[in-house]
Parts: sequence; C-alpha cells; structure tokens
Amino acid sequence: MDAIANIKKENITNLAIEGKRADERDLKEYRELKIIPNYIKKAEGSAYVELGGTKVIVGVKYDIGTPFPDIPNEGVMTTSAELPPMASPEFESGPPGEDAIELARVVDRGIRESKSLDTAKLCIKPGELVRIVFVDIQVLDDDGNLLDASGIGAITALKCAKMVVYDDDGNPTDKIEPLPLRKVPVTCTIAKIGGQLLVDPQKDEEKVMDTRITVTTDEDGNIVAMQKGESGSFKLGEVMEAVRLATVKGQENREKILKAIEEVSD
Amino acid sequence: MTRCDGRKKNELRDVKMEVGVLKRADGSAYIEWGNNKIFAGVYGPKEVIPRFLARNDRAYLRCKYSMTPFSVEERKRPGPDRRSVEIGKVTTGALAPAILLENYPNSMIEILIDVMQADAGTRCAGITAATLALVDAGIPMRGLVSACAAGKVDDEIVLDLCKEEDNLGQADIPLAILSRTEEITLLQMDGIMTENEVEEALGLAIEGCKSVYQMQMDALKTKYGD
Repeated sequence: MDAIANIKKENITNLAIEGKRADERDLKEYRELKIIPNYIKKAEGSAYVELGGTKVIVGVKYDIGTPFPDIPNEGVMTTSAELPPMASPEFESGPPGEDAIELARVVDRGIRESKSLDTAKLCIKPGELVRIVFVDIQVLDDDGNLLDASGIGAITALKCAKMVVYDDDGNPTDKIEPLPLRKVPVTCTIAKIGGQLLVDPQKDEEKVMDTRITVTTDEDGNIVAMQKGESGSFKLGEVMEAVRLATVKGQENREKILKAIEEVSD
Repeated sequence: MTRCDGRKKNELRDVKMEVGVLKRADGSAYIEWGNNKIFAGVYGPKEVIPRFLARNDRAYLRCKYSMTPFSVEERKRPGPDRRSVEIGKVTTGALAPAILLENYPNSMIEILIDVMQADAGTRCAGITAATLALVDAGIPMRGLVSACAAGKVDDEIVLDLCKEEDNLGQADIPLAILSRTEEITLLQMDGIMTENEVEEALGLAIEGCKSVYQMQMDALKTKYGD
C-alpha cells in the first residue's frame, strides 16, 4: 500500500461520506473510457484503453503447441501483466510481483469462467496441436483501477483478434478467422471508502480505500468471477449492492466496447 | 439430492484442528479438513526484512501460502507459482482486518501456510488454521477469522465443495468472515451464477464459517482451557 498524506486521506474520506469525489464524479460513475481496438498491428488482436488517467495496452498473440494431457482437444489461454517502472514510481523492474499476478489472474478468471473463449475450437489436431492464446497486459500509466482498464482491454483485444486457419493436417492456410468468442465478460471494480461504495477508484482513492471488490459479469446477467482485494471488509449487503452495481456498470462498458470494435471494423 | 460423499447440502466435511503443534514458531496450528492436511505458523512481531517494507503506523503483515510437491496427484514443482502468490495476497487481506497491526509499528508479522495434502478448499482451511496460529502466538486480535466455501454443483447451492465437486462444479465461492461481526474479509468466486445464487451461496458460506468458528473456539479451549 502506498503512502499518502493524512490530510488527503481525510479529505477523500469526508467527501465520500457526503457522496462526493475529488474529481466531482458521482460515486457510481466511471471516468471517461476511451478504447482503440487493433492499436498494435503486429499483434493478432490488441486494444489501447484509457480510463481517466490510467493507460493500458493489451496485446493478443498466439502460438502453436501441444495440448495439456488432460484436455487433449482444447487450446489454451494464458494471461500475464507487466507493471513496468515507467507506469508508476511504485513499480519496480523484475519478475511479476503479487500485484501483477493478481491483476493477470483476476482478468484471466473473468474471461475463462464466462466460457467466452471456445477452447475446443482452438484445437488444430486433437492430442497433438492446439493454439495457445497469450493475453499480455502492458500498463503505461497507473492512475488507479488497473483491473477494469486491463479487463476491458483484454476482452476488446480478444474480440478483435484474427488468426490463420489451419487445415486438418496442421498446415497453415491463407484464410483468416476471428477467435471463437461466445461472450463479452466485463469486470467492474468498486472501492469502499468511509462506508460508501465508489465505482472505478482513481489512484488517490485506491490509496485510502478500506477495501475493494471486483465483479465480472456477462451479457446474460450472470456473475462469472469475484475478488475482494486488499485489506478491510464488506458486509453481506454491501457485497450484494456491489454485485448489482457491477451488473449495471458492466453492461454500460460492454456497450462501449462493442461500439468501439464496430467502429474500426466498418 | 445426495452429494458424492453423502453429505447434506449444508454439511461440512470432517474438520479437526489442533493449536500449538510446532516448537520453533511463535504460534502454530494444524488442521485436517476432509482430506486436506495443513500447517500454519506465525513469527512475530519481529524485525522487518527487507527494511523498506517497514511502516511507521502499523506492523507489516505478510502471508505466504505454499504447497509441498507431494500434496497433489501430480508432483508440484517446489517454489511459489502464480496461484500460491495470489492466495498469499488474498490471505493477507483476509487476516489483516482481524489483527491490531497498529499496536506494532516498525515491525512485521509473518504467517506461513504450508499445505501437506490438498483436496479442495485449502485456502479456507489455511486461513482458519492461520487464525489459530495467530492466537497461539499471542498477537492481539479483534476476533477470529473463520473461512468456508460454498458453491454450485448440479444446479444446487452446496457448502464446502470436496475435490470431485470442485472439479465438476459450476461455481465456487471461498469466503472468510470476522466471526464476531460477520464482516467479509475474503471473497473470491469463479464459475457462473445468477445474482440470487450468489446471495444464497454467501448466506450458506456464512453459516459454514460460524460452524468453523465453534470448532476454532473448541480447539483453543482444548489447548488453553476455558
């Protein structure tokens, strides 16, 4: 947890109790969300996401490999996150730490558990060759709520990713197809400050929050992943309020994701 | 409906707990939860290493979760993997609210959870044992943290998934609460559930945590008397 002046902490907490925020947002309002799909041409799929001051790029690449022995007919997805020193004075170079691992795993879980990616269709030759899809999250600027910026970036990048079609013998053809995605799971992160629930915490809010919860929902209103983060606690009623809030906000952001993808595909 | 191991939907697996099982650790506990066998040890409050992690307003808390290579069907490579690191992090978040960390600025409390045999539900069993180890170490706390999972199997919400249910189940929610106030300190979920199912599962898991709390109290009384 990063250091923050007590006076700032007091100010943010008092504002939250009054239902206000330092950047004059509503407690249940996201910062401006900007999504640029296909931002990196070298990647099979990618997205640049700005959530207020937070900036993240997610790239999707794939490789051909052998399947896991217990699921010989299914491809594989793996998610990683980099928190490089450029993106925050609190980040250090080196192998991924706790925060980067949690970030990658929460984003991964939302996509995996929603059964969005049809891994059976990633199989090229049963038991021998499958596609391995890599989702790489690169943080550029951490102004809070990396979880949602990365989650939105990951599903956008997957949604616009295109792969070469392989024939039954495992040879590449000149045809190209989109990744088999069935759903658009969206993460929504909610911080608790002064007993109030605040959507999309900005960096200073993250520094003073008591705790946070991330809820991933799909378009059918299902909850597919949850993660309480950091210290602190929630009452049962607060968790259920967060779940309902995440369903509504997730749908709003889902529409923005789909609109951004539609605009580039025209 | 019957479950694969014959339990009722709101029934826990057999749980055994023992406090003060290790000599060198400042506090320790052992738990058998179904086929899970887990040790928890606590060191501290002690010097903060590395120094820069020291906080001048409270103790630095670190939980490390690890599994032995022989704890699972296929040998696990020793050392931390991404899953262990994440569980260590959420375990820290689950236990921190219970500990009076502000009593020990510029020091650290280290909690170690070592899984000898894993059989679904290790993080909840680990948190339950770590709480007992904290008490055994004499670290002042606001109350006990008790943990238990609930999930969805065959479209039914059930308590405390066993390995088979975990593998084939539709969703799982590990939960930990501060038993005195029922405040939720650990909450994760994977799978697919509706809002109503989430609410039902959380309710069931909280009841499970309360049963775990009784067993924790019994284990402490066995060690320290009434």
